[in-house]
Amino acid sequence: MTSDSSTPAPYCHQNIIEIDQVSFSYRDQKVITDLSFTAKERDFVGVLGSNGTGKTTLLKMIVGLLNPSQGSIKLFGEPIQKFKDWERIGYVPQKNAFNPLFPATVREVVLSGLYSNRKIFRRMGRADHQKCADAMEVMRITDIANKRIGQLSGGQQQRVFLARALINHPDLLILDEPTVGIDVQTQADFFELIFHMHAHHHMTFLMVSHDIEMIEGYLGKEPRDRSGGIKFHVRHSHDTDCEIPDLQHSLN
Amino acid sequence: MEILTVDFFQRALAGGLLIGITAPLIGIFLVLRRLSMIGDTLAHVTIAGVALGFLINVYPIAVGLVFAIVASFAIEKLRKAYRGYAELSIAIIMSGGVALASLFFTLGMGYNTDVVSYLFGSIYTLDTTDLYVVGAVTVIVVIGISVFFKEFFLLTFEEDAAAVSGLPVKWLNLLITVMTALVISTAIKIVGALLVSALITIPAACSLFIARSFKSSVIFSVVIAEIAVVVGLMVAGIWNLAPGATIVLLLIAMLILTLLAKRGFTA
Repeated sequence: MTSDSSTPAPYCHQNIIEIDQVSFSYRDQKVITDLSFTAKERDFVGVLGSNGTGKTTLLKMIVGLLNPSQGSIKLFGEPIQKFKDWERIGYVPQKNAFNPLFPATVREVVLSGLYSNRKIFRRMGRADHQKCADAMEVMRITDIANKRIGQLSGGQQQRVFLARALINHPDLLILDEPTVGIDVQTQADFFELIFHMHAHHHMTFLMVSHDIEMIEGYLGKEPRDRSGGIKFHVRHSHDTDCEIPDLQHSLN
Repeated sequence: MEILTVDFFQRALAGGLLIGITAPLIGIFLVLRRLSMIGDTLAHVTIAGVALGFLINVYPIAVGLVFAIVASFAIEKLRKAYRGYAELSIAIIMSGGVALASLFFTLGMGYNTDVVSYLFGSIYTLDTTDLYVVGAVTVIVVIGISVFFKEFFLLTFEEDAAAVSGLPVKWLNLLITVMTALVISTAIKIVGALLVSALITIPAACSLFIARSFKSSVIFSVVIAEIAVVVGLMVAGIWNLAPGATIVLLLIAMLILTLLAKRGFTA
């Protein structure tokens, strides 16, 4: 790893996320004011900030769940209102985003990563099930494929959601506080895994986190940008892609 | 057993079998989205529509259906206005429905026995028109759910993830809402407004304990509802009991059995 740096990425890389002078108000109260930020291809962006600084709001705007009151957001160079390539984005939600009694197997959850706007009215075919099997293999959850999601440990659930996010081989992976409510060792394993993915695989990462230590440890102590209480720590990777094309080896 | 050959009983059985498909199908999505009480609410609003139908002499189920659809939109609106208080919108609309219903009752000639039959259900009075309406609703709901099954799964499991995948979340929610209104307004003549939510929620409640996958929980809940409807109607027919009540009590008995069996397995 020689070419890592926290300085802005070189021009050779495409802009993945462009946030231009975005403001957001929730009932008269300004949550985000005049925020601009750009993430380039193969950046790892860690978004830090205490509660109430608007990190979650920002994330929701980036994935199109909320509309900014002012300013514009582009994904892969396309204004978000027109953006249709949602398959290029993998999304890992907060752990407590689902009901633990929900009757769904690991396989059903992973496969649901394929249900996008392009797949409406289409049946899942053999190729789709193969993708699902591959994603589960990579995350080493094949042996629990038929278990109910609520019965799993926090770390296993995390890998299920990561498998779901990776099933489409996304170019951008968005993680929303992925380690909340998970024990320290499992957290460390998880961070190691995604940091490896960043270093060796062709993906861009945006992670909202409260884990200052982990973020600063990998991305550097100095944020590249800040806006209000939100800090953006960025690390860029130029390493050659992993000789092993799948991610299995990274999970040992 | 000669009751099986009587045509009002055959119509009742046919209607019951159809509702036994649609109610749990829609119910599993409602239960998992923490909207179990919506069945009760829409049923009470539907009763107001039915009462108005009798008052102005229009096919009561049709008026009830219109009321249910309007109410379900109102619930969605209120649900957004009071985020995180889904049950608040349901409570408001429910009391509104009861108030309207009693207003229309008293505007008519006192407590109309026809209206009362909708409160407790009167499956034996199903006529051919009713059967056609129930049949049409069944076709719509079964097609709607099978076409959008995977999208509804993701929407129910995690609404945010569905939105991030670019699914038309608003339209899918709307479709569920309209189908719910359709199912409830047609089910009340069969099990009655006071009991309709049992047919929607109890099969789902049972299947949450037995099923591992989502697909199997959907299948289980339909099977459970159908068993309750068929056995309930037979028992009620032979021993001359109230059919709606018999179906609901059977459902509760099945739920208790499921719980005991589950405890037996895990203990």
